[in-house]
Amino acid sequence: MITIAEAQLNEIREHGVRDYPYECCGLLLGRYTENGKLVRETYPISNAREESAKRNRFLITPDELMRGERYAASHDLEIVGFYHSHPDSPAVPSNYDLEHAWPTYSYIIVSTRADQATDLFSWEQEPDRSRFNEEEIQCQ
Amino acid sequence: MPVTISIPAPLRQFAGGQSQFVVEAKTAGEALDSLTTTHTALRRHLFNDQNALRNFVNVYLNDEDIRHASGPDTPVKDGDTLMIVPSIAGGSVVEEEVGQELPELSNEEIMRYSRHLIMPEVGMTGQKKLKAASVLMIGTGGLGAPVGMYLAAAGVGRIGIVDFDVVEESNLQRQIIHGTKDLGRRKIESARDRLRDINPHIEIETHEARLTSQNALQLFANYDVIVDGTDNFPTRYLVNDACVLSKKPNVYGSIFRFEGQASVFWAERGACYRCLYPEPPPPGLVPSCAEGGVLGVLPGTVGAIQANETIKIILGADSDLLVNRLLLFDAWTMKFREFKLRKDPKCPVCGENPTVTKLIDYEEFCGMAAHQAPAPDTKLEEISATELNARRLRGDKLQIIDVREPHEFEIARIPETKLIPLGHVVGRMNEINSDVETIVHCKGGVRSAKAIAALKRAGFPGRLVNLKGGITAWSEDVDPRVPKY
Repeated sequence: MITIAEAQLNEIREHGVRDYPYECCGLLLGRYTENGKLVRETYPISNAREESAKRNRFLITPDELMRGERYAASHDLEIVGFYHSHPDSPAVPSNYDLEHAWPTYSYIIVSTRADQATDLFSWEQEPDRSRFNEEEIQCQ
Repeated sequence: MPVTISIPAPLRQFAGGQSQFVVEAKTAGEALDSLTTTHTALRRHLFNDQNALRNFVNVYLNDEDIRHASGPDTPVKDGDTLMIVPSIAGGSVVEEEVGQELPELSNEEIMRYSRHLIMPEVGMTGQKKLKAASVLMIGTGGLGAPVGMYLAAAGVGRIGIVDFDVVEESNLQRQIIHGTKDLGRRKIESARDRLRDINPHIEIETHEARLTSQNALQLFANYDVIVDGTDNFPTRYLVNDACVLSKKPNVYGSIFRFEGQASVFWAERGACYRCLYPEPPPPGLVPSCAEGGVLGVLPGTVGAIQANETIKIILGADSDLLVNRLLLFDAWTMKFREFKLRKDPKCPVCGENPTVTKLIDYEEFCGMAAHQAPAPDTKLEEISATELNARRLRGDKLQIIDVREPHEFEIARIPETKLIPLGHVVGRMNEINSDVETIVHCKGGVRSAKAIAALKRAGFPGRLVNLKGGITAWSEDVDPRVPKY
């Protein structure tokens, strides 16, 4: 289960609409708790893929991740997951997403259109990498 | 050497909850092996099925990515720290290559493609991508022959071929997809049979048609990659523009005599053919292979490069493609050269403000239509081969000028003719008796018509008549002992 404030979910939605028709992405910073994860902050990242591929790929480079990691550590937080948008397509992970993910992290996906964000789901990878399971979002 | 490996939070559950390990190792690869031997569950999150580090997993030795050093062979020393850092990638399901389920391979296919499968750059996934892919080849001539054969052999699942020609004897010196037994057959049929023989596991689609502005976009829509094996400028511009408009990669090759060119024109990622050549050359300036000749092996080399790039596009070799690069090959000096290409922001078809937004009349664009229509004041007088022969036998007074090249004269000639190659015909005008009717001939009738026009422009006063169909017609209609070439 991932616990997150409505305000932060809105930040994710707004970021997705802002970057439409490209994918947006960012980090979820917070803490690992006994029953899941608690998000304290979102940390938007510039999409590092070259312009032509931005529409259906996003990428956070390890350098950016390390920067995010350092920022989190200085605020006594950890990276608990990532968010990204799927412009004009459903908020479900693709095979590509599955190939490029680790368990435990939360992967929030928001479906975006030109003027609004529609569905938003959180996903967690099965420990054997076989699939994603939908993760319950508890809104604070 | 004892080195420390730090484990990122999400993977700690596979490492007994620990955040750091100290292992003995000489290289980064050894350290990771040692860690994953004791914690086997970790391995699948770091390595893929081919035992290579997953492409989103980065290993930092102190502050440097080991990919920028020697990869897994990067040496480690006492007190070093290895950090495992993911880069995060993802994509929506609309993405073609990942959205669709890749097809399975049968045991026969696995056996057939084993040399591919054992290379990590291809592997099972890559071979399945090839099987799922479709390629449209424009032409089954010199370039199309190796392209088709190698793509079929490599297991490209669906290959479309467009051609409207029949196999002729003069094709066989280079078009190795066709054989002597295929003479007179339609090229698409001959090619289809050959490709089926190479690989029965793939689909071949034949399109007996000339590629036109009317059918190009519809044809291209059904394929992932287009390979240009054409030999003329109108079709080359048509292929380019149709690829730009349908956002498909255009794997380009061209050949002439001993020189070849290859590139990948992909407007989504770089320059297109028009960024390189905005305008076609004036008609007649660049001779075709039929007029200028071509080394038979040359299309083999250039076509193999096109097949190579096509396969890499399908496998997803993003940054290593022949995009924004023009490769020039000289088969005589045996040298490759490479030029950097740049997307032209003013390009009329792929630039920022394109003026070509639909397919146009490419014959007209290349000046062919204008070229073919005879200008009223330069009416060309013509004679057929049989008529010429009859007049000769009758004893009519006439002279025949052959405007071909000396090496063509060596291959075949019409008796009692004078050789003055096209390039010299005006300069040596005084060698032609203007009091006698002059018949001008070449191989097929094109160069001789040019020679007549040039002579008229230069003020030659005598009567000039073009031999229709050139020496080829002479061989066909008058004297079959004269070889055709």
